[in-house]
Amino acid sequence: MTDLTKLTAVEIAGLVAGGETSAVEVTQAHLDRIAAVDDRVHAFLHVDTEGALAAARAVDERRAAGEELGPLAGVPVAVKDVLTTKGVPTTVGSKILEGWRPPYDSTIVQRLRAAGTVMLGKTNMDEFAMGSSTEYSAYGPTRNPWDLDRIPGGSGGGSSAALAAYEAPLAIGSDTGGSIRQPGAVTGTVGAKPTYGGTSRYGLVAFSSSLDTPGPCARTVLDAALLHAAIGGHDPRDSTSIPAPVPDVVAAAKLGATGDLTGVRLGVVTEFSGEGAEPGVVAAFRESVDALAKLGAEIVEVSCPHFRYALPAYYLIAPSECSSNLARFDGVRFGLREGDDGNRSLEEVMSLTRDAGFGPEVKRRIMLGTYALSSGYYDAYYGQAQKVRTLITRDFTAAFERVDALISPTTPFVAFPIGARTSDPYQMYLADLFTIPTNLYGGPGISVPCGLSEGLPVGLQVMAPTMADDRMYRVAAALESAVGTFTPPAL
Amino acid sequence: MTTTLPAYDEVVARYEPVIGLETHVELGTNTKMFCGCPTDFGGEPNTRVCPVCLGLPGSLPVANKAAIEATIRIGLALNCSIADWCRFARKNYFYPDMPKNYQISQYDEPLCVDGYLDVEVNGELVRIGVERVHLEEDTGKTLHVGGATGRIHGATESLVDYNRAGIPLVEIVTKPVPGTGALAPEVARAYVAELRDVIRSLGVSDVRMEEGSLRCDVNTSLNLPGEEWGTRTETKNVNSLRSVERAVRSEILRQASVLDGGGRITQETRHFQEDTGDTRPGRSKETATDYRYFPEPDLVPLAPDAAWVAELKAALPELPRLHRRRLQADWGLSDADMQSVLNAGAVELIEATVAAGATPAAARKWWLGELSRRANEAGIELADVGATPGQVAELQSLVDAGKLNDKLARTVLEGVVGGEGSPTEIMTNRGLEVVSDTGALTAAVDEAIAANPAIADKVRSGKVAAAGALVGAVMKTTRGQADAKTVRDLILERLGA
Repeated sequence: MTDLTKLTAVEIAGLVAGGETSAVEVTQAHLDRIAAVDDRVHAFLHVDTEGALAAARAVDERRAAGEELGPLAGVPVAVKDVLTTKGVPTTVGSKILEGWRPPYDSTIVQRLRAAGTVMLGKTNMDEFAMGSSTEYSAYGPTRNPWDLDRIPGGSGGGSSAALAAYEAPLAIGSDTGGSIRQPGAVTGTVGAKPTYGGTSRYGLVAFSSSLDTPGPCARTVLDAALLHAAIGGHDPRDSTSIPAPVPDVVAAAKLGATGDLTGVRLGVVTEFSGEGAEPGVVAAFRESVDALAKLGAEIVEVSCPHFRYALPAYYLIAPSECSSNLARFDGVRFGLREGDDGNRSLEEVMSLTRDAGFGPEVKRRIMLGTYALSSGYYDAYYGQAQKVRTLITRDFTAAFERVDALISPTTPFVAFPIGARTSDPYQMYLADLFTIPTNLYGGPGISVPCGLSEGLPVGLQVMAPTMADDRMYRVAAALESAVGTFTPPAL
Repeated sequence: MTTTLPAYDEVVARYEPVIGLETHVELGTNTKMFCGCPTDFGGEPNTRVCPVCLGLPGSLPVANKAAIEATIRIGLALNCSIADWCRFARKNYFYPDMPKNYQISQYDEPLCVDGYLDVEVNGELVRIGVERVHLEEDTGKTLHVGGATGRIHGATESLVDYNRAGIPLVEIVTKPVPGTGALAPEVARAYVAELRDVIRSLGVSDVRMEEGSLRCDVNTSLNLPGEEWGTRTETKNVNSLRSVERAVRSEILRQASVLDGGGRITQETRHFQEDTGDTRPGRSKETATDYRYFPEPDLVPLAPDAAWVAELKAALPELPRLHRRRLQADWGLSDADMQSVLNAGAVELIEATVAAGATPAAARKWWLGELSRRANEAGIELADVGATPGQVAELQSLVDAGKLNDKLARTVLEGVVGGEGSPTEIMTNRGLEVVSDTGALTAAVDEAIAANPAIADKVRSGKVAAAGALVGAVMKTTRGQADAKTVRDLILERLGA
């Protein structure tokens, strides 16, 4: 019998729709897989067995009643613990929200339910999505299914590891500086950051409001496109949501899969194609560029001189916004409350709560941001960073006058050993060196597996203009058709 | 400190006051500023809340278009320029009645800037510059339980009600107002009164100071003639028009006393004390909180369409000041009479009473007479005296129909104010209607004639004036419920005079 956990979302949906298997069988197979491997991988913070089976039964009943099912009906999905799920614990990887059961569903989760997907549970992440390795989760690190001693990337390492470990065929992530794409790259899976405003942030626990973008994770480009189409589009509850339909990413992925990129101009970002990346990563990237050229793409070098300032600008903007966004975690209305023994003042209880509830990286960023927004420093830090953001946007705009999409390695290095970079924050921050510019600009970016370096996956990033998400899916699917998918060793 | 305060006239002869006012107005929109929760007053604590106004993780604000429109209309009525592009900003500080621990407000990019409001003080027009009008969200309300005074000190626990959190709040900030001299307190009061009337005429808020839908902070400083403006203080907790005037006056006296003693004024927030009429220090602004303002990333910039703004401008109602001029002419009042109507806060009440059918004279008589007397006695605003314009008009119609005489009408009004119902109901329930049953009256008249034969003879003999004593006797037996003229006619008829 077919191992249901090894199938793509497209295949699963086809089998369910055709009555060859049931959504309950598919769901049970994935729950069994989670039970078998997740004590080693630790991709999940919470598995919603009953909710998943109930959702699966509902799909089977709808099919039995002859209802038309959507293209992802009956397909299990793992959701990063940054999105609110009504009645289901949502921790954002932090002690400060331990045990919190939100009274409402995020828009993304609502749309997942409406699409007939089956939510398996909530995946591990760096606390408040701050990190690149999932080691900053308050609930312990997730391990990379390619090598359990290595990190699965972050902040959405749980979602990507769940895919690579065949615990789920689809997952949701959120990308503020690379948190979907970098975990995708180091786990050999696909991760797409949609155009900012193309997917709703309502119910996404905010880290940095002007950068946070929820998006799809999958093992194939087409699966990612289907998930993107299901969750994307305007949401009146998010005023930064773009009031326009999502570009036809599914059609673009199918077009790309034909392996023809004739007439497509791709720009290799000079600044990101050699310096700062591991040789193995550079080699895999160069081979992929050749493969893209063979598919008919025209390859040109494009310099984006301000991209080198993206990392420092990001580490002013994101912490600034987070210092304000995380102020609400004070123990007054929800989550952890520490030291409320009847003898302490409100201010003491707030301080004790925040001290006990936040981990060291979160505290570091709150302090950075508080400082950057302070009177007298605002112009030099936050204000200056906003100017850099404008310059980076201009780099993108100028580049897209010459090329249809930009390409680079997704991340400078393959999955590193757990513990290797936790002692030096800057070494950790470098993991997002190539992904951050896209967030500052607001355009879409996708990481697609492009090869191996010393047995570990390497990702190629495709960056497209805002609201041209379809272009990156076409290029990514074409590359996938040329280099294939990558399977980790059996767990 | 027990320094004796100098005399006001003497102080304002030596010092020049500069005042400034910051007014917050809660808009009467159906829903809150950034979510769909209802805004109506009252309701059990924490029943008008949702993930957005509770600031739950993941929730996002969406700006209320009606609130933006109302703010633009206020700005236009105050002769402001409307920004063609502006943003909300976050004002960051920790306080439990603020769900997100930041307030969504506006900072250096307000919606309306640079306007003015003309106010009348003693018949003269004073132009008050308006610096800015911006939009923000209100906070919740903290109750300290267990303490003696309801204050945080000594309280065993604090309870927070978020029903009000997120209600749209418009802040109107004046430019500094120098040059008003001794009239500074009156100017401050007149400005707030005029602002209140303007906003009420726009129909965007009920602007009730006592319910907190209009709140006012008063800035005051003193300087010697020819010298630079002094350090200002900000007085909060100013909850009535009368308090605005008293707060400025008391702050002028206090600052003069400090300056006369060689001291310096501390830039600080002070609280007006309703009972004593003076101000007490609050938190010092010299160690001001750093609010770390930055543009609100959860909201897109506001860019009001010029055509829309022009449309709103064209549809503005008549300014209250001009409206009053028209009423004065319609009602045929002298300037002095109009002034007493204004002072009593009776313009709109009389207008509404006239609209309900009463003559201007009658409406003015009730509101400036009996009802003003009651409001003064109770120390409340005339509008809160307990009678509505409709009831007053109804009362007058009963008088006009001869069903009530003046004395009875006052008794009925007492019932109206006491909440007993409509004038007609009270008249009927209490049996206060003028006795018009001629049979019953005739009996009372005959009784009075029989009891006073000497007087009756005088009347018979042609001394008609003597009938007054008989009328009085009849009125006494009918407990005032007879119409005096009818009684008199009856007496004269019975006595053949």
